Amino acid sequence: MTTPLMQLRGLTVDFDTGPRFVRALHGIDMEIRRGETLGVVGESGCGKSITWLAALGLLGGARVSGQVLFDGDDLLGMGPRALSKVRGGRVALIFQDPASALNPVQRVGRQIGEALALHRGLRGDAARTEARRLLDRVGMSNAAQRLNEYPHELSGGMNQRVMIAMALAGEPDLLIADEPTTALDATIQAQILDLLGNLQRETGMALALISHDLGVIADMADRVAVMYAGRVIEEAPAADLFATPGHPYTRGLLAALPDLDGPRARLAAIPGSVPAPNGLPPGCAFARRCAHVDGVCETAPPTLRVLPDAPARHVACARMDALWCGQNSVAAAPQTRERANA
Amino acid sequence: MLLYTLSRLARALVTVVLIVTLAFIILRMTGDPSIIILGPDAPEQAYEAFRRNWGLDQPLIVQYFKYFGAIAEGDLGRSMRDGRPALDVVMDRVPMTLALTLPALVFNLILGLGAGVFAALNRNTWIDRAIMTVSVVGFTVPSFVMGLVLAMVFAVQLKWLPSGGSGSWAHAILPVISMGMIGAAVIARFTRSAMLEVLGQPYIRTASAKGLSWGAVVLRHALPNAAIPVLTIIGFMVGSLVAGAVVIESIFSWPGLGRLLVGAVANRDLAVVQTILILIGFTMVFANLMVDLAYGWVDPRLRIRTLSTAK
Amino acid sequence: MSDVLLSARALARHYPVRLPGGLLGRPATLKAVDGVDFDLARGEVLGLVGESGCGKSTTAKLVLGHVPPSSGEVRFDGAPVPTDRRADWRRLRRRMQMIYQDPLGALDRRLPIVAQIGEPFDIHCPDMPRPERRERAAALMASVGLRPDQAGSYPHELSGGQRQRVVIARALALDPELLVCDEPVSALDVSIQAQVLNLMSDLRDRTGFAALFISHDLKVVRQMADRVVVMYLGRIVEEGLPDQVFHAPLHPYTQALVSAAPTPHRRARNRIVLPGDPPNPVDVPSGCPFHPRCPAAVARCRSEVPSLVRDAGRAVACHLAQSAGGDLSPAPRALKAKVA
Repeated sequence: MTTPLMQLRGLTVDFDTGPRFVRALHGIDMEIRRGETLGVVGESGCGKSITWLAALGLLGGARVSGQVLFDGDDLLGMGPRALSKVRGGRVALIFQDPASALNPVQRVGRQIGEALALHRGLRGDAARTEARRLLDRVGMSNAAQRLNEYPHELSGGMNQRVMIAMALAGEPDLLIADEPTTALDATIQAQILDLLGNLQRETGMALALISHDLGVIADMADRVAVMYAGRVIEEAPAADLFATPGHPYTRGLLAALPDLDGPRARLAAIPGSVPAPNGLPPGCAFARRCAHVDGVCETAPPTLRVLPDAPARHVACARMDALWCGQNSVAAAPQTRERANA
Repeated sequence: MLLYTLSRLARALVTVVLIVTLAFIILRMTGDPSIIILGPDAPEQAYEAFRRNWGLDQPLIVQYFKYFGAIAEGDLGRSMRDGRPALDVVMDRVPMTLALTLPALVFNLILGLGAGVFAALNRNTWIDRAIMTVSVVGFTVPSFVMGLVLAMVFAVQLKWLPSGGSGSWAHAILPVISMGMIGAAVIARFTRSAMLEVLGQPYIRTASAKGLSWGAVVLRHALPNAAIPVLTIIGFMVGSLVAGAVVIESIFSWPGLGRLLVGAVANRDLAVVQTILILIGFTMVFANLMVDLAYGWVDPRLRIRTLSTAK
Repeated sequence: MSDVLLSARALARHYPVRLPGGLLGRPATLKAVDGVDFDLARGEVLGLVGESGCGKSTTAKLVLGHVPPSSGEVRFDGAPVPTDRRADWRRLRRRMQMIYQDPLGALDRRLPIVAQIGEPFDIHCPDMPRPERRERAAALMASVGLRPDQAGSYPHELSGGQRQRVVIARALALDPELLVCDEPVSALDVSIQAQVLNLMSDLRDRTGFAALFISHDLKVVRQMADRVVVMYLGRIVEEGLPDQVFHAPLHPYTQALVSAAPTPHRRARNRIVLPGDPPNPVDVPSGCPFHPRCPAAVARCRSEVPSLVRDAGRAVACHLAQSAGGDLSPAPRALKAKVA
């Protein structure tokens, strides 16, 4: 097996809250291979966005440690100059709200041109021609005219296309998409996901897709990492994860989601809420909400371990052996779905 | 863009008319120029002749419309003191005042913008705290106190600079600094908060994610956006500089508009006072107009806003 | 249906706007809601689905009498909904309540939550003795799953889900007959969303309120609604039972929406990707408003506005889904539909 494109090892992030530091990420291990789509899913505050911002040195005012190996080089140990070369070059990012992610007082063409100048050395007419080609490529009609427009003159979907064009300017090996369709309408979301899939097939770039939406992740990802309270609690190939979720939290998330098909039943809500980063229990952060909690869960946070019969799957749950073997793995998902009491 | 400019111009004109009207009413309600100029002991006929001569015997409303009629023809009246056209009297002093206010404005902007940006970039460090502490002092101390303190220290105690007069450029240093400090403090605070606001915006993160160095991010993406709110303050600044000039010129015996205004008000030299007010009004209105137009230039979103908000 | 609580007839709301162009701008009309008919029976939950700008929120405001209709009318319990904020409007507001997407914006951040939950009694039942008001507020808190010790909390001290519980408790204080819910769970995380949806179902079973349930999330609407209405550019394009609409959509727009709805329980499906953005409601296309984006459009769609045809509890506004005999069948998925 070839080395992964990007590898996070023991990544921790602490935020300076004045009186003390609060740990937001507790040692993230994650890797993304060339050309694959890694889905990162979790609820707000789980650290899914922070992970990637920290990895690229885009978190101001936070203490970041661990290792971020990109093609063998540790990004965290790089000087600002070398890191700038990677950002927007071999690793590009797009964000949630495309309208506010673009500079409101600059024309779209200039913003794309800036990336072309930085990473491809293109200026003037050459940059303009290339920017136009990129806009064409992301499916913008009237590309030449769009170059002269400002973000507020474009729709949300078009602004996200501009962001994607800007990301493509550096011909990235990895595109990190942080909730790229959350602010968009359903039909526009379909367009953007479609575009991302096509671009990935054409360019062979890897995609790290961060989303709170299990549906989007299920649609796009080859492999999925589920995060909870600053840790990865499960990691598996997407098909396996959605067929037979391992961690009680993953099972709970899937069961809590209403569905378009099947009988209409009462939702199996996860009780309680996510603990605050400065009030985490000593043991498993999910213990208080978990139906399978046991004394062993309260002692120390569980680490990611390989599932007994599935070498590609990792779960961080102290009771996993019992839970996994206790039920037929194929039937795990339906069983956790609590049906209507009536 | 044309409509935008026209609507701003119309508003500016209304403001000037309001200023002049208010000045007209207040000045005429608060004392009779004939007594002040001729002295309390002049014969009754002299007062009446004076009033008739200057049209002060007519009803206020008639005076008011006559005055505006004259302004429309370009006649701003004559000084009651020496009979020279008021405009000439005022214009003689304009260069002296500009010699103070323009350098003060430049001083203001350079110091204020620089300190504000620097503080924002070093947020919550000792640099930030030091700049903000100094700026609190800067805008809580009134300009005349600042002027007096500076005069005491640098003119009276150290004798480095003259304490008053207008003989050389050295005479201008203390007045310019005392006027500029206050404005700089205000601009610094606004610049800092505008910068902090902008630095937290998603497009700043985008710019970094694109691979720009931090310096380029600040220069190309943060500053142009932070300039938008700061522009408003610069508009106000011009007004407060002119107001400040009145006080500072008196303290440093600088023969500019400010001192002329103080003298003319004391003498109820109506035409001169009103001419100065019109001039000040025009300056402020012009400054704000420039700011409004600059908005439209800096912020493309504003260019169409006036059109699309009709509901 | 005999027991109609709420009905909208030819309901429309237009706004005059000015577009850039010319010296003073070009006057135009924004058709936020453009001729909408629906009935809501007592105790029924009607789901309203559509993308931003389709007119779902304006419909909610019209139903509540927050804005007057440009034409058409809304009737509540047989009488027109007044739109001036006088006594009869306030009396009616006791019977219809609203739940918004953003609970923090709907709550007063300077008042403890128990005071806000009890506020409807202060406004509408000034004769109720103070201890009874307090008791009723406490009972409401318990019914939405808030602990008694949270009574003195301020909104910012609660989580998003708890805040939405406060809003729900306040809305239910006076036993309203109609709840208008505008994206009530869109701002909540999945695990909390399920809690709030379950709570709303339980409360509905207990009190029997009817609801207009607005959401962009088809899964949530299916979970909650007895009947579904799909809107596009200010008009209803399809109506029916949730499983009819979501399992066998008739209108090409609904077909695209359903195919694009992300759900982890149905992987590897054919997503219909519609081209372009929804048109500006100021500049509604001729003929069928959907035709520029419709993968199945034919010449007739460009010229003739389809009317909403009803048949056996379903309704659709699409030439291709309506046969000459009046039967409804799904519009054909044209070959040019891009399948991802």
